[in-house]
Amino acid sequence: MSTDIPNETLLDIHRRMVRIRLFEEAAGKMMENGKIPGALHLYVGEEAVASGVMVHLRNTDWVTSTHRGHGHLIAKGGEFDRMMAELFGCATGYNKGKGGSMHICNMELGMLGANGIVGGGPPIAMGAGFSNKFRGTDDVSISFFGDGASNEGSVHEAANMAALYKLPVVFVCENNGYGEYTPQRNHQAIVDVADRAAGYGMPGVVVDGMDAIAVYEAAGQAIARARAGEGPTLLECKTYRFYDHVGVRGMGMTYRTDEELEQWMQRDPIQLMEQRLAEQEILSAEEAQAVHDEIAGQVEAAVEFANSSPMPEPSALLEDVYA
Amino acid sequence: MSEKNMTVAVAEALDQEMDRDPDVFVAGEDVRVGGPFGTDAGLHQKYGDKRVVNTAISELALTGIGVGAAAVGLRPVIEIMIMDFVCVAMDQIVNQMAKMKYMLGGQPTLPIVLTTHAGIDSSSAAQHSGTLEAWFCHVPGLKVVMPSNAYDAKGLLIASIRDDNPVIFISNKRCLQTSTEVPDVPYEVPLGVADVKREGDDVTIVATGRMVIDALEAAEQLAAEGVSAEVIDPRTLSPLDTDTIIRSVQKTNRAVVAQEAVQFCGLGAEIAATISDQAFDFLDAPVKRVGAPFTPVPFAPVLEDIYLPDTKAILAAVREVIPA
Repeated sequence: MSTDIPNETLLDIHRRMVRIRLFEEAAGKMMENGKIPGALHLYVGEEAVASGVMVHLRNTDWVTSTHRGHGHLIAKGGEFDRMMAELFGCATGYNKGKGGSMHICNMELGMLGANGIVGGGPPIAMGAGFSNKFRGTDDVSISFFGDGASNEGSVHEAANMAALYKLPVVFVCENNGYGEYTPQRNHQAIVDVADRAAGYGMPGVVVDGMDAIAVYEAAGQAIARARAGEGPTLLECKTYRFYDHVGVRGMGMTYRTDEELEQWMQRDPIQLMEQRLAEQEILSAEEAQAVHDEIAGQVEAAVEFANSSPMPEPSALLEDVYA
Repeated sequence: MSEKNMTVAVAEALDQEMDRDPDVFVAGEDVRVGGPFGTDAGLHQKYGDKRVVNTAISELALTGIGVGAAAVGLRPVIEIMIMDFVCVAMDQIVNQMAKMKYMLGGQPTLPIVLTTHAGIDSSSAAQHSGTLEAWFCHVPGLKVVMPSNAYDAKGLLIASIRDDNPVIFISNKRCLQTSTEVPDVPYEVPLGVADVKREGDDVTIVATGRMVIDALEAAEQLAAEGVSAEVIDPRTLSPLDTDTIIRSVQKTNRAVVAQEAVQFCGLGAEIAATISDQAFDFLDAPVKRVGAPFTPVPFAPVLEDIYLPDTKAILAAVREVIPA
């Protein structure tokens, strides 16, 4: 662990990770209870990536997310109440109940939306990065996408154009080893997606995506480079999702082994972080538990809020199509 | 005021809007040299690389520049050189640009104009001749504009750039070199308002894009035969000004709908259905459609000639709805 990371930053990253974990666990339960309609792609296991990146950002930095997008929004400051309400389909949700899990978004935080199209976000992030350069700000634009999306033409086109114009964009590949139900070895002939960076003309960096501090440090360098006008970076974070592509089952999948899952769970990003914080005497086990308890209470309140929120009025159907 | 062709009118609209609003920029393939049709002539010299963004041949990412930049406050004009190439950019247009506002509960404003050049133009064959406006009219969240002359093109483009919604702006290639009087000053032709290009009493011809020119020619010939045809140019295809069309049919009691696109499932079908629905009691004959046959656009001039809907096809349709 680098010694020059302020304690409050480490605690901030930890808190963001716990916020994601507990919200996602609760969302899974609510889906099972029939409260959340539609598909739910949980971010559990990948918390270190969103948290290690977002802690560097301000509200004027733009972020495009993915279909597995709750974690990104939470890590950028999303409020549980309005998020849970959106997942329930309530009028009080961030998207007024019109987007749900796959489009959940709060633009005031600099989010440009979760996205139901694999590879849909990178061209948009590139466009937001273009705007930052156009306006001469030092704001950056971050695009999260998976190893599956790395095979979409949209990602190649966006990366090429971002490098060509030296746009302040960081392409963050969350390589969780699976494009839906297909293992990486069956969907691309390379091991490191970051190898492709050379073909775009930008640096490619591989980092342990279960290690929030490693993500924090690598993202910090890429973001600083973008803010300085030196152009984009492809940052690949090796991670794993503890649940299925959709829903709350973890074990007993036909397309991956329980042993593999158990191995990755040995490296649970939150436990890794808490071990380190304890070793460094920054956060004791009791203090960590207090963080969990506090956040669990907030999640419970969010479920309450969603449960008591109104559903959209029928008249909302035809609103928001046009400005 | 002077006579200008549509290419010059479009370039003038872009120049005047870029001059007025520093957030407007143009991005596309070969725009630095004025664009393949000359619609960006002079812009790069005046506004430079920053606001005239010459892109890679990369339609999807180029459209992404538009979506991302518009979502965060700029007013992009994105140029897809030939309309068939929209296929490469379709996800950004349909899944992102068109749906983003609704999906996000109204949060973003997306003032994007996507300009493109459509239609048959001297043996350009199947991948450079498409007239695909119906695809976009079918997508909620987009507006679709298709001018038939230079005056409308300038005013509609200015209105499109000032509009806070995504607008697909389609110039028909065979209209580009046609000229009208065009004011030198900026002006808007409002979106969603059709124009009666010629008044008449016996039959309504609703025509789009290049077919407006052909319909006016047909009306001239019909006049010589004592048939008075009214020609309506919707100008904006979505939202469609159905009131103007219905009012006309209530007067003439007969209608022909003409488009250059493949007739099956085209905009003409929507207009014909609307007339049947809203003016059935006024009709003295079934609504007739003119459009291209259900094939890709052929290359050989002799086949392209047969394929292309024209003045003769409009005249034939009019004669079907008006008994001799």
